[in-house]
Amino acid sequence: MDKNIVLTMRGICMTFPGVKALDNVDFTLRKGEIRALMGENGAGKSTLIKCLTGVNKFETGEIHVDGIDGPIVNKDTLDAQKKGISTVYQEVNLCPNLSVAENLYIGREPLTKFGTVNRRKMIAMAAQLMKDLDLDIEVTQNLENYSLALQQMIAIARAVDMKSKVLILDEPTSSLDDHEVSLLFKMMRQLREQGVGIVFVTHFLEQVYEVCDGITVLRNGTLVGEYTVEELPRVKLVAAMMGKDFDDLASIKPEGEKDMTHAPLEIEAKGLSHAGKIKPFNLDIHKGEVIGLTGLLGSGRSELARVIYGADRAQTGTLKVDGKEVTIKSPIDAMNLGMGLLPDDRKAEGIIGDLSVRENIILAMQAKLGIFKRIPMAKQIEIADKYIEMLSIKTASRETLIKQLSGGNQQKVILARWLATNPDFLVLDEPTRGIDIGTKTEIQKLVIKLADEGKSIIFISSEVEEMLRTCNRLAVLRDGEKVGELESDEMSQEGVMKAIAGGGASE
Amino acid sequence: MNQNKKLKINSNNLLLVITIALFVVMYIAGCIVYADKGFTRLQTFLNILINNAGLICIASGMTCVMLTGGIDISVGSVVAMDCMIIAVGIERWGWSSPVLMILVLAVGIVFGLVQGYCISYLKIQPFIVTMAGMFFARGMTAVICTEQVSITSDPVFTTLSSFKIEMPFGIGSYVNKKGIPQIPYIRASVIVALLVVLVIFLMLRYTRFGRSLYAVGGNQQSATLMGLDVKKVTLKAYILSSFLASIGGICYCLNTMSGTTTQAAGLEMDAISSAVIGGTLLTGGVGNVVGSLFGVMINGTISTLVKTNGKLISSWANIVTAILLCFFIVLQAVFVKIKERKKA
Repeated sequence: MDKNIVLTMRGICMTFPGVKALDNVDFTLRKGEIRALMGENGAGKSTLIKCLTGVNKFETGEIHVDGIDGPIVNKDTLDAQKKGISTVYQEVNLCPNLSVAENLYIGREPLTKFGTVNRRKMIAMAAQLMKDLDLDIEVTQNLENYSLALQQMIAIARAVDMKSKVLILDEPTSSLDDHEVSLLFKMMRQLREQGVGIVFVTHFLEQVYEVCDGITVLRNGTLVGEYTVEELPRVKLVAAMMGKDFDDLASIKPEGEKDMTHAPLEIEAKGLSHAGKIKPFNLDIHKGEVIGLTGLLGSGRSELARVIYGADRAQTGTLKVDGKEVTIKSPIDAMNLGMGLLPDDRKAEGIIGDLSVRENIILAMQAKLGIFKRIPMAKQIEIADKYIEMLSIKTASRETLIKQLSGGNQQKVILARWLATNPDFLVLDEPTRGIDIGTKTEIQKLVIKLADEGKSIIFISSEVEEMLRTCNRLAVLRDGEKVGELESDEMSQEGVMKAIAGGGASE
Repeated sequence: MNQNKKLKINSNNLLLVITIALFVVMYIAGCIVYADKGFTRLQTFLNILINNAGLICIASGMTCVMLTGGIDISVGSVVAMDCMIIAVGIERWGWSSPVLMILVLAVGIVFGLVQGYCISYLKIQPFIVTMAGMFFARGMTAVICTEQVSITSDPVFTTLSSFKIEMPFGIGSYVNKKGIPQIPYIRASVIVALLVVLVIFLMLRYTRFGRSLYAVGGNQQSATLMGLDVKKVTLKAYILSSFLASIGGICYCLNTMSGTTTQAAGLEMDAISSAVIGGTLLTGGVGNVVGSLFGVMINGTISTLVKTNGKLISSWANIVTAILLCFFIVLQAVFVKIKERKKA
């Protein structure tokens, strides 16, 4: 092993039931290096970290740590800590009800000769540690008296004091403000000087370029590559994360567009926000328009739609539907205003597996009417048959349980459910995820057809080509903020990539 | 500067200070209102300690369990079972009382071990496990004997029960109605109870195990990640609770000198309410055994006040306790809110 290398992982494979979570992933970390571990949600970042710290058991592969001969397998996080691998998570894993000093030393407190805790010595040691790290913290105070950022630094201090060679920071900046982030970075640089290898997991692109030396990119459980920061400018990083070869993208052109700007407005959102999920945004949607929300997974695409729909209640701003100002307190209000939402996690939020296809289709309609107004069976059958035919849902009968249908057909049933309520405005969150290409095209066609009928649609997808084919306009999201819109003439794969990558992308 | 920091009271201590202040105010009020009925006598105060010695031990154990975020509602039944074992052991089996006391303590440890194992290693809700324990112990009490058994024939136990430790130098002595001078006294059970409080106080403050209880209650996941053996700590807490319940059971038995199936019914609730009034959070992580001691004393003072009044039925004590509980729970909730606001 190279003398400067502190951690190597080779050929790590790990399977969750039905999913290959990690496929032959390599990872290398040098002494005194800050390496970003990047990838979209579900790319395998967390799984890789968990394999390293012993939370998940990997099936094949080897992990080597500097100073230990032979490959290591950690039984649990404690075992990993003993071997010099510490993790600090986004949620601070300390005890708020104990003092700072105790949080630093609990489980390894200095003892007196009677075997009791030597409080005085513990406090002195803690104070010295805080001083060494330039932190102005009174160690006898309870942890809960300090801000989240300081708590995080105390967690890091604990890890460092345990002689960690590898420090994993898992999304540490998600809940910090700019000033706190800069404090954290100062501390990270200081630790780099001391030779600690740091793995920095984040989804903030700017921060990667501010503090990191190297970048490792994962996608769908496979390694895309290990790069230095210089090798991988922002746009290329985004392309690597999304799995598009940047050079090939420029050639694809959007298809002919219809001009929507003169159609009346269906939705006018001004300054809507939900703390911690989506920053205030404005969004206008015309009647008969398909607007796409694009951005990396976890950038706030679903969250934006959920705020409009009232699934997460808007905390600021105003919303006009069809020219009238409205307050949406819950999805039932939204439904009564003629809205529908097809959630992205259809297993958890969409289908009710033990009900039949017919019952699943009727569900939203029934909810809209209220549970006491029975829809006559003949009517139910009529509606169910209509949509089974219209969407060509492949099912043995209308009374088949929905859980027996394939994913694509389940998706169509949910779509049918919303179409049955005859909405004016429909949010489709990842309607084509995980379904075969033929059905995908059918759904895309259907979306365009619905728009032609005058319905307004928000279309969310991770596949840029699909968005370009289906949408009239794209709104771009980054880190929980709507950062811009792309009109039809700017809509190309390249334009979308640049917009997602944000500032500095053109360099 | 340093002085200032030491004097600074954080909100956790504040709850304790409020509890103690409430006790003092309540007691002084009693002294003023019922001065003619002997409330001012030292013996009245000592009687509260004597009557509640068992409860003090039980509440100490309950505090430890509640610190981990758990609860132990089996303790009242354990006390009943202990009393019955001692009473039947002495009167029917003819065993000597020291052997029986050791047996009772051993039963307590085993009882706690089983409950703690189910809770920590099998991850069953503490409420359910200790409720099963509660029914089991109450049932066993009746299996041992269904009648009331009075303890009369063991000289050691009878002596221990009636043994008076008089106040040195005749502090607080007075002359009763018959003109006989009385010296205030406590009983052996009070010494045991106060020792328990002292030991638990030191344990919570100065030992790894004690601090681990707070850590587990503060955030179980964090405690695990920081390298604490959460399961073992939880297990030990329940063993400690049942063990202290058995010590409490012996103290209780010394007071009642009998075993019955209905004895100490609802005592676990008194222990929980004392701990809560003493500033222990039901959610775990915050609390102090000294607070629980004062919680017991407040409950004891309330019932003594009601008794001294003479005209009120004893249920009024329950109503006042209920009001106090509400007051303290609301107070705790307010503190949590203030903390959250400070952070935001």
